[in-house]
Amino acid sequence: MPVRIQTKDFDAGAEIAALRRGNPKIGAVASFIGLCRDVNDGDVVTKMTLEHYPGMTEKALEKIVAEAKTRWDVMEALVVHRVGELKPGDQIVLVVITGAHRGEAFAACEFIMDYLKTRAPFWKKEETPQGARWVEARASDDEAAQRWEPPKSSAA
Amino acid sequence: MKVKVLYLASLREQLGKPGEDLEIPPATSTVAGLRTLLMARGGAWHTALAQGRALRVAVNQEMAQPTTSVKPGDEVAFFPPVTGG
Repeated sequence: MPVRIQTKDFDAGAEIAALRRGNPKIGAVASFIGLCRDVNDGDVVTKMTLEHYPGMTEKALEKIVAEAKTRWDVMEALVVHRVGELKPGDQIVLVVITGAHRGEAFAACEFIMDYLKTRAPFWKKEETPQGARWVEARASDDEAAQRWEPPKSSAA
Repeated sequence: MKVKVLYLASLREQLGKPGEDLEIPPATSTVAGLRTLLMARGGAWHTALAQGRALRVAVNQEMAQPTTSVKPGDEVAFFPPVTGG
């Protein structure tokens, strides 16, 4: 399964080793790990709860991975996203891409993260000394995702 | 017709419930129509679902648009813009 939603932590080294095992054609592995920070929008964050939409989340992520594989010449892809309670320093998300060369692997990895941030149904609620609050979506995430959109046709 | 409606994340808290099975008029055949119908309940419903509030909708677990049609048995989820990763 290229996509996993889980409460437990992940081991990036073990996941990468499993993904590339037995395939000597792989020349590049690109990966990204997202972490829970202890600060957001100027406030101390002591805890975070990640919620998702079971069923849709898996479908949305699988669609994003499938699209990455059609756009770039890569081999395997893995997305692991945690849900539930997380503390500062905890790992949230892992994306791993394998391929023959680094350029395609880097691009596919970045694309998956940008689309995940804007299209996969996850929501963060953070605890601060002022109380709990839902994290607001950022315009910069939309802009990051828009970079990957195909150029609009100028035809009327 | 019967549809299953879900309210997720901050929207669930604002509306005070995770979802409901709804009997809606057959004329309410789009996402926008369903949103208008729910807003008409007034109070928190009117505020949370008001036009201009950033809101996303999925029909049968696929991202939808206001014009997306709603059919009997569909699962329609309302939620705020996503913040994972």
